[in-house]
Amino acid sequence: MTPTEMSIGDNSRSTAFASEQAPARPAGNFLLSVNTISTLTIIFLLVVWWATTTAGLIAPLFLPSPQAVLGKFWLVTTKGFMDSTLWQHLAASLGRVVCALIAAVVLAIPTGIAIGLSRIAQGVLDPLIELYRPVPPLAYLPLIVIWFGIGELSKVLLIFLAIYAPIAIATAGGVRQVSQNRLRAAQSLGATRVQLLRYVVLPSAVPDILTGIRIGLGTGWSTLVAAELVAATSGLGFMVQSAAQFLVTDVVILGIAVIAIIAFALELSLRALSRRLAPWREQGIS
Amino acid sequence: MSRLVIDQVTVHYPGAARGVAALQDVSLVIDPEQLVVALGPSGCGKTTLLNLIAGFLQPTSGRILLDDRLVSGPSAERGVVFQDDALLPWLNVLDNVAFGLQLRGLPGAEREATARRTLQLVDLQEFEQHPIWQLSGGMRQRVGLARGLAADPRVLLLDEPFAALDAFTREQMQELLLRLWRKTRKQIFLITHDLEEAVFLATDLILLSPRPGRVAERMKLDFGHRHANGESARSIKSDPRFIETREHVLSLVFAQREVSTT
Repeated sequence: MTPTEMSIGDNSRSTAFASEQAPARPAGNFLLSVNTISTLTIIFLLVVWWATTTAGLIAPLFLPSPQAVLGKFWLVTTKGFMDSTLWQHLAASLGRVVCALIAAVVLAIPTGIAIGLSRIAQGVLDPLIELYRPVPPLAYLPLIVIWFGIGELSKVLLIFLAIYAPIAIATAGGVRQVSQNRLRAAQSLGATRVQLLRYVVLPSAVPDILTGIRIGLGTGWSTLVAAELVAATSGLGFMVQSAAQFLVTDVVILGIAVIAIIAFALELSLRALSRRLAPWREQGIS
Repeated sequence: MSRLVIDQVTVHYPGAARGVAALQDVSLVIDPEQLVVALGPSGCGKTTLLNLIAGFLQPTSGRILLDDRLVSGPSAERGVVFQDDALLPWLNVLDNVAFGLQLRGLPGAEREATARRTLQLVDLQEFEQHPIWQLSGGMRQRVGLARGLAADPRVLLLDEPFAALDAFTREQMQELLLRLWRKTRKQIFLITHDLEEAVFLATDLILLSPRPGRVAERMKLDFGHRHANGESARSIKSDPRFIETREHVLSLVFAQREVSTT
């Protein structure tokens, strides 16, 4: 991932009008695009990092140089850290998040549809979700450990809970916002209740469901480190924590960077998926 | 051929001011091949009337019959075209037009053939693979018309279908509607607040007045017939008789206003 790619994703909304539709810029604006400025910012930060560490202004214990981190990257990918290579740590973490995501999507979408369609389901499920959703995962982690032990199940469950709520809430919102005229149009073409759900309500909610997945995946990924606090032997969160205990700062920074880049890549690919599956949203049609 | 009867229908909305009905004792018959236009200012109950016929709404009293059968809910025998096209943006033009046939369970090839024929009627055959959000407002409205017609309803209901279009497109759409009406011989019920549109299109014009919504005036007109028989829209709209009728209807609308404000 290059800084250029990162900035494209970051600014896709604000540049949609400025660069793609109208090449002319408003008067008084200077000639650099937002993407270029973002790229320059990141390059500037890297240069400052390199300069301060190379000049010896900061001890490597607190901030190792970019070269050191890159060197560690090579070492950890080939030789490994704490019995696993970087790719094995990454695979362990991604595996947990993907398991949790699949379970969350399978369970949260029907939940969201039920909340959106039925008053009873809303009355029963809404308070449950809204009660646990704002609680930080670290707060209920001990309870999950007491109930489900220290195995993989607890880790996946913690991430699952973080992903489940946003998807259920977004799905319910999407289902409730289905345009009345679209429903009526389908009814006056002879749609049954099941057909309304299948052909109008669900496709209408797809963009909201994708937004829910995007937000859920973001919170799920950030719960990862918490999940891997518990008796893990591999995973990016585990790698960062054990490196911190031995004060191996370059591995800490490497781990954080990999976590950030993966999070960003997930975000970008979900946005791209959203644009592909619901291009009309970009055109201002709900 | 179908006959739609609206028999002494009254509608009170729950929570609305006591005594003021959205519709009061409205009776109306729509016979085969008629193009009935309900004209009135906002708040006169014309949308309520259309929603009743479509089955989206139940009358507080009175009844609506299509071929002697009570209308109790929406169904494919009463197609609706909406002001905001209400198309499905995840389907392309062809699939939107074929949607009603898909709901009916028709096989793919058959429904696509029907949809293609209908798209030809509205001159959109070249756009069948386009996503609907790439079309202009007027084209989308034509897709909406085609979708309604493809399902082959007995009555076609149009809810201010051209109100959001610019004046040029609106006139083209009015002419298109008359051509479709002539070709398909559907009975049509259209509501509008555009006086000229109402006078131009209607075989039967219903003037509604507000608070409570009721039928203030009915008249038979033949300008739509004349256009369907080949006379140009411009020649009809500049005909002194057309202008006279339009002014007459306008004076009736104003007379209604004075009655309701005093």
